[in-house]
Amino acid sequence: MLFRTMTVAAAMLALTAPMSAAGGADDDVLVINEDIEITTKAAASPLLDGHLDEVISGWHFRDDDTQAMEMDDFDNPGMIFVDQAIEVWNTAEGSEGKSCADCHGAPEEMAGVRAVYPKWNEDAGEVRTMQMQINSCRTERMGAEAWKYDAAPAINMEALLASVSRGMPVNVATDGPAAETWEKGKEMYYTRYGLLELSCANCHEQNYGNYIRADHLSQGQINAFPAYRLKNAKLNGVHDRFKGCIRDTRAETFSPGSPEFVALELYVASRGNGLDVEGPSVRN
Amino acid sequence: MADGVKPRVKVPSKAAAGEAITIKTLISHPMESGQRKDSSGNVIPRSIINRFTCEFNGESVIDITMEPAISTNPYFEFEATVPEAGEFKFTWYDDDGSVYKDSKKIEIG
Repeated sequence: MLFRTMTVAAAMLALTAPMSAAGGADDDVLVINEDIEITTKAAASPLLDGHLDEVISGWHFRDDDTQAMEMDDFDNPGMIFVDQAIEVWNTAEGSEGKSCADCHGAPEEMAGVRAVYPKWNEDAGEVRTMQMQINSCRTERMGAEAWKYDAAPAINMEALLASVSRGMPVNVATDGPAAETWEKGKEMYYTRYGLLELSCANCHEQNYGNYIRADHLSQGQINAFPAYRLKNAKLNGVHDRFKGCIRDTRAETFSPGSPEFVALELYVASRGNGLDVEGPSVRN
Repeated sequence: MADGVKPRVKVPSKAAAGEAITIKTLISHPMESGQRKDSSGNVIPRSIINRFTCEFNGESVIDITMEPAISTNPYFEFEATVPEAGEFKFTWYDDDGSVYKDSKKIEIG
């Protein structure tokens, strides 16, 4: 898993950004439980014309050992939290005395849901992330309290819903009523933030495969979230990761669950259209 | 007592006689080291799994003493030779006196 042949995309990119340090995406293949084949490299959607030719899951940018942990549910520590979420799924809560299972049946019935979120909600007139939709279920249908954004119960439930959609391609809608939010997210992606004046694109579009000190830059795809990170031994949400990135530019960040991050999540998710849902993944 | 403690093991259901099989075990546990302090400066008391054993038909396969530096959700993977059909018994001992058990049967085939 050292230096391998660069993809055409990476080679073209080299014209604009120096790819001096070796170590682009590797050529390994991700199969989970010797059963679910995951598409971890795909042709970029037309929305990315002029930006990226190929989209690559962050899995390809991690060490062999870390990669292997994701290939078996027993070895994947993220699945511990999925187990916890299954218990919550079947537990009645709130004034209506209902559990998730009472309306939705088994978690497996929700296969494919993770792949299309964030998604426009007609009744609410807003783009909703998975967690917003889960909270709407909790407050409106169960009479239970909403979970704090990216807190453990919410992220565990998101991981459960991701786990049953593994192997299904991400396909978020960017047109229609979601277009306005998507444009806002796109603008954020290319906006330089913080004292270091870095945009998402500076690292994850122009320099993926390179090293930023000891860290191997990926494309910043979010198809594999929630991600179990070895550094903090828990599942991490997309918004928490956004917050970490913006903080690293030495900027004041937005809050998890804020409209800004919802827009950014929609845009970044759309950049991964064609990659398979992979969460809960294992990362460094 | 630590919350949410759940043992899990993975053992093949069948093996050839005399074959060395791989066993994977994991127990979800916070493994609080006793070195950390909470926000008001008080030491968070140590709470770890301090011993893990595996037996096959009454014979010891592995017996491990665990120390505070072992991280959350301790995972062990080891090999065992299976001479005959029988049952693996797994036991985890908590600092607070709790004992967590799991077992898996294996056939020769």
